[in-house]
Amino acid sequence: MKLKPILSAKQAAANMAEIEPRYSPQEALVEAERCLYCFDAPCIMACPTGIDIPAFIKKIAHGNLTGAARTILQANPLGASCARVCPTSALCEGACVMLDRDEKPIKIGRLQRYATDHVFENNIAVLKPAAQKIGKSVAVIGGGPAGLGCAAELAQLGYDVTIFEKEQQAGGLNTYGIAYYKLRPEDSLAEVELVKSLGVKIRTGAEVGRRIKVADLEKKFDAIFVGVGLGRTYRLNIPGEDLPEVFEALDFIRLIHTLPLHKVPVGRRVAVIGCGNTAIDAVTQAKRLGAEEAVIVYRRGEKDMPAYPYEYEIAKADGCGFMFHTAPVEVLAEKGRVTGLKLARTRFNAQGKLETVKGSEFIEPFDMVIKALGQEPQTAMLKKLFPKLKLAKDGTVVRDPASGQTSLKHVFVGGDCANGGREVVNAVGEGKKAARGIHRWLTGERVAGPIQTTRLGVAGPPFGSGLDHPVRVPELEAEYYKR
Amino acid sequence: MADLSINLAGIKSPNPFWVASAPPSNTAYQCHRAFEAGWGGVVWKTIGDPIVNVSSRYSAHNVGGIRMVGFNNIELISDRSVETNFKEIAECKKRWPDRAVVASLMTDTREHWHDMMKRSRDAGADGVELNFGCPHGMCERGMGSAVGQNPDVIETIVGWVMEAAEIPVIVKLTPNITSVAHAARAAKKGGANAISLINTINSITQVNLDTMCPEPYVAGRSTHGGYCGPAVKPIALNMVHEVANDPEIGLPISGIGGISTWKDAAEFIALGATGVQVCTAIMHYGFRIVEDMLEGLNDFLDAKGLASVRDLQGRAVRSVDKWETLDLNYKRIASIDYDKCIGCNLCYIACEDGAHQAIALVKPNGRGLGPGRLPGKPIPEIKEDHCVGCNLCSIVCPVDDCIKMVDVKTGKKPMSWRDYQAALAAGTMEPIPPHP
Repeated sequence: MKLKPILSAKQAAANMAEIEPRYSPQEALVEAERCLYCFDAPCIMACPTGIDIPAFIKKIAHGNLTGAARTILQANPLGASCARVCPTSALCEGACVMLDRDEKPIKIGRLQRYATDHVFENNIAVLKPAAQKIGKSVAVIGGGPAGLGCAAELAQLGYDVTIFEKEQQAGGLNTYGIAYYKLRPEDSLAEVELVKSLGVKIRTGAEVGRRIKVADLEKKFDAIFVGVGLGRTYRLNIPGEDLPEVFEALDFIRLIHTLPLHKVPVGRRVAVIGCGNTAIDAVTQAKRLGAEEAVIVYRRGEKDMPAYPYEYEIAKADGCGFMFHTAPVEVLAEKGRVTGLKLARTRFNAQGKLETVKGSEFIEPFDMVIKALGQEPQTAMLKKLFPKLKLAKDGTVVRDPASGQTSLKHVFVGGDCANGGREVVNAVGEGKKAARGIHRWLTGERVAGPIQTTRLGVAGPPFGSGLDHPVRVPELEAEYYKR
Repeated sequence: MADLSINLAGIKSPNPFWVASAPPSNTAYQCHRAFEAGWGGVVWKTIGDPIVNVSSRYSAHNVGGIRMVGFNNIELISDRSVETNFKEIAECKKRWPDRAVVASLMTDTREHWHDMMKRSRDAGADGVELNFGCPHGMCERGMGSAVGQNPDVIETIVGWVMEAAEIPVIVKLTPNITSVAHAARAAKKGGANAISLINTINSITQVNLDTMCPEPYVAGRSTHGGYCGPAVKPIALNMVHEVANDPEIGLPISGIGGISTWKDAAEFIALGATGVQVCTAIMHYGFRIVEDMLEGLNDFLDAKGLASVRDLQGRAVRSVDKWETLDLNYKRIASIDYDKCIGCNLCYIACEDGAHQAIALVKPNGRGLGPGRLPGKPIPEIKEDHCVGCNLCSIVCPVDDCIKMVDVKTGKKPMSWRDYQAALAAGTMEPIPPHP
């Protein structure tokens, strides 16, 4: 059956309401007052953009909301979306000293949203274009979080920056690819406007490599930043994968962000293949848009899932189903329409390798299948744009992590295409680092002000800026001390 | 069960908790409610020529989201007639014979004072309290703190009152004075039976930065009000001690000022008060708070093996003395319990910027590596030879018992500033070199 929208506009809007609405002034004050205002606060080190968190929280407590937002946005121009989408429990909030006092960490993300909402809603400009242009220009390929982070930093340093964005809107996954109940496209686009207000030119519908050639950019600009993200979802390579009711998760989420909610087609029985954070976003939104059943199909076990525990909790609370140790074998169809999945049980064998249990195949009826297996690197595209650019085996661009500089000296890189796929805040942080790398390469000057160090100049631990591990892992701490 | 009863200059009450003369003791209705809740006594809202009040009247000093840490008011004495007040006192006393009912009085001439004393006795009040403390409004008319700020006037008026006194007389003093002991001595000279203190402190709690007018707001203007609440407790404790420790005074004390809990009350009593009076905490939470006060004080006395409130009274008075009597050779230093440290490093920055630069931030080297520690983050370490034992780090530390102040044996005999000066004069010791 052809997929149709299920819910009325009112029902859909109610189901997709923000999961964490803005604090009331009193809630914000009470929460802000809990912050101890640590000197040398670990939350700063755990933030990939190095926001001075205790400082902005103190400002909220003192009724200086504009100043709080200034502190946030100076460190992270996408501070409003990061406030909504950051896995804070694995970053700033995971490093909060309150945990050591057996108390709940300060709700940093929600306070950050409270402060940034204030300036966006009241049109208060806390970031200013550079007073003086330095007469150099940079092309930014890709208008997602990395590109915006890089462009904002460069613009404030006095560069002429042009972002080339292939989509009709900038913002990348913030605009098109995050669960609607966490981040609204309009909030992402407000941040794009903030970056524009710094003098950054954004050309949308402008895909580099078609009419715009890299060679032209190299002639016209002093440096190039590449923040193109990742590509399509990995294929299942099973029969029936190309049927019309088989979606890539990001395409499904994109529909939610581009159509009115009550116009988004969704199945009655939806299977989501994979169990990362994007899979959770897909399964919860399918359920919230009216699916009777929305089920995660995951070939490994519950404890193996890459999704954050709090994401798992959201999906369970939404009534989504989970089929663990189950792998898809074939997408079944009648008259060209998806009718179900042939599935098989899996298990870890004695060597710890995952294997399919022979003869365990069974059929489950579904009318929509969403693939959420992670995204492929954009290897072909990168090779086409920069034939000499050095890529790692995993398809990421080889770069100096401190500056983002690649094997091509004038090309800098950051975000998912460089790190293989991490959080929005990592992309912004890497964009910012690359901007400073570009500045140093072009002018020899170092930008004062640290990214992610303590007030005493102690650099954050290597995993503080990443999400391979939660911040608090004793074994890692021990390892860190050995170095 | 400890004996909680008190006898303040002949005024007896089953427990030391009295409702202070203030809005909560304005009517018989409120006093009945107070006694029903368990209060041992009530000092009636000050009776005098009825006044006219303004609207609004109260304002608060809130700190870090905590309301009414400090509180002020610009309300005057009772706005009800003298007759009504004494009629209700009589009713109240009749219904609650075992509780203390004290009439707070404020008037002007000798004849008026005599009249008020007679009416108080006739109403059956257990005693009177002379309001020499109100710092707003009434003082502009030569009463309240205008009296309390002038020892000669205190002595004169107390003298008038004592001429007609057949029941005990408490004199309530204002803290808005250089030395409260002078005022208390004057009350003693006038013949007063007891002292109560402190009345409220001159204050402006806040300025509204939009209207440029402080609160309480009265048609675009405001006035300074009487400050009270938990924030004034340290000032009140000090003044209570000043009176309790003065050999020239020697009068029973009713302690007032920021008392909200049994613990506060116990501290006032330990510093010399016979009983205490409470207002702001009642205005915040109602009369019901006395239940915990009674229980807490009783359990505390039991735990300490003290049979009665009287056994607690004055126990801490002698431990407070002039600075020059303190031992210059006593030493304590800070000690950090790394198992408890959460890594906020507030102790470091407090000492570095605010005190004596006696804490270093150092590599953890395995210390304080609790589950919550971000690796590589330096930990605080006390520089023991720089630590002057000031307490600041242990005060700012947000974890109980994480930074302890520990005594250090110096091997030196105790030596006060007095001893030191004497030794220098006698040439038996060299001057202590100045701190580098």
